[in-house]
Amino acid sequence: MGFLYHIGRYFLLMKRAFSKPEKLKVYVKQFFFEVDNIGVSSLGIITIISFFMGGVITIQAAFSLTSPLIPLYAVGFTTRESMILEFSPTIISLILAGKVGGNIASEIGSMRISEQIDALEIMGVNSASFLILPKVLAGIFINPFLIAISMFLGIFGGYVMGVATGACTSYEYIFGIQAFFMPWKLGYAFFKTAVFGGIITSVAAYHGYYTEGGALEVGKSSTKAVVYGSILILVANFIITQIFFVT
Amino acid sequence: MIEIKHISKSFGEHKVIDDVSFTLQAGKTNLVIGESGSGKTTILKMMVGLHTIDSGQIIYDQTIFNELNEKQKQDFRKDIGMLFQGGALFDSMTVEENIAFPLKMFTNHTEKEIYDRVNFCLEKVRLHDRNNLYPAELSGGMKKRAALARAISSNPKYLFCDEPNSGLDPKTSIVIDELIHELTVEFNMTTVIITHDMNSVMQIGENVMFLYQGKKWWEGDKQTILSTNNRELLDFVYAADFLKKTNPNKNL
Repeated sequence: MGFLYHIGRYFLLMKRAFSKPEKLKVYVKQFFFEVDNIGVSSLGIITIISFFMGGVITIQAAFSLTSPLIPLYAVGFTTRESMILEFSPTIISLILAGKVGGNIASEIGSMRISEQIDALEIMGVNSASFLILPKVLAGIFINPFLIAISMFLGIFGGYVMGVATGACTSYEYIFGIQAFFMPWKLGYAFFKTAVFGGIITSVAAYHGYYTEGGALEVGKSSTKAVVYGSILILVANFIITQIFFVT
Repeated sequence: MIEIKHISKSFGEHKVIDDVSFTLQAGKTNLVIGESGSGKTTILKMMVGLHTIDSGQIIYDQTIFNELNEKQKQDFRKDIGMLFQGGALFDSMTVEENIAFPLKMFTNHTEKEIYDRVNFCLEKVRLHDRNNLYPAELSGGMKKRAALARAISSNPKYLFCDEPNSGLDPKTSIVIDELIHELTVEFNMTTVIITHDMNSVMQIGENVMFLYQGKKWWEGDKQTILSTNNRELLDFVYAADFLKKTNPNKNL
């Protein structure tokens, strides 16, 4: 019953959040602020993780593919497929669920316990819409860009590490990352990335918005936002993959 | 004018407000006093729609507030200003951005007109040199004054103050009380103050309601409160031992 209660309350909150804004200009400004807050501020961690993960995937692939029947360009191919299909969209989104999701839940939760959300309501502002709508739209908008950067840096990291460690040659790697490329896979990756952006922001906002109590509860809301956000990303990943690859 | 007619509210089995009725007058500071847990803040939150009511009516001039739907309540609240206990200033905005926020949201004024109004409100609360500070950089009294400036920025007809003196020293409390009273008279607002501070009562209590265990126990003004024979009210007014000795009513 508790599960259904939360689902119902989540969708009711989203219905309120996606209602007509009181003043579009203020919301547009807030949207760009959130794009910066969610997206630009996450670039550092995404850069570091993607670059090194791309390098590690390349080295692991190179030293795992020991059969003389498998050409070395398979290293580049494996890195590209891993980065585009799974690592950048899913793993980076899981990392963002921790960084961005925790941040959103604690921000909105703190606003709730310090009566700032009540203050918005008293002013006649739809607090759900003002606080949640720009965040969710910013998450859906900016996440694909972050993931595109992650894909590029991961593949570039693989090149640098692969060549530097002698795991493969520059020619083989570049040939590998171009081999058997199917553009629809990029579409699949960006689609699921946009969905994950919506999940990260809306689930975190839901937990923050319904925080009750004090500082301890704000911490619990942040934890729940990360845990449920991550689980929903994995479930959505499975469903979207099933739809794209099987049907 | 705000009329409260027979309102009740329960949280689960616990009845917090029990058939309370009173009238709050325009241009006056109306105080709701009572011990902690007597239902003061619950009444305030019911009046502004943050809590629903189980029964009764809340009437703002001719409008029955509790019968409005959510959208209508949202529109109606543009006539309401509220000073929260902790100020509830938006942390991410400076003082002037906080005050400008409702104006940017609901008016089509130019930036200059908005910031003229912001400066006017800051002058009113004597905080005109703190425009660009963030709430975290303000003292408790300054936060209350900035929040008061925000509450009056959209020229509300009704002003609600939830324990405006909590956490303030007696001198700053007097400043805040005087400010609220001045603004109430100047802008002819219906002001409702929730407090348990007897200094406020004696300073600005033009219309005072005493709540006790969720019921309206007494109603009067600052002149009559000290001469009352109401036992519970006297217990509240003369709570401190040194005050009991000054009480002319020897039955206490």
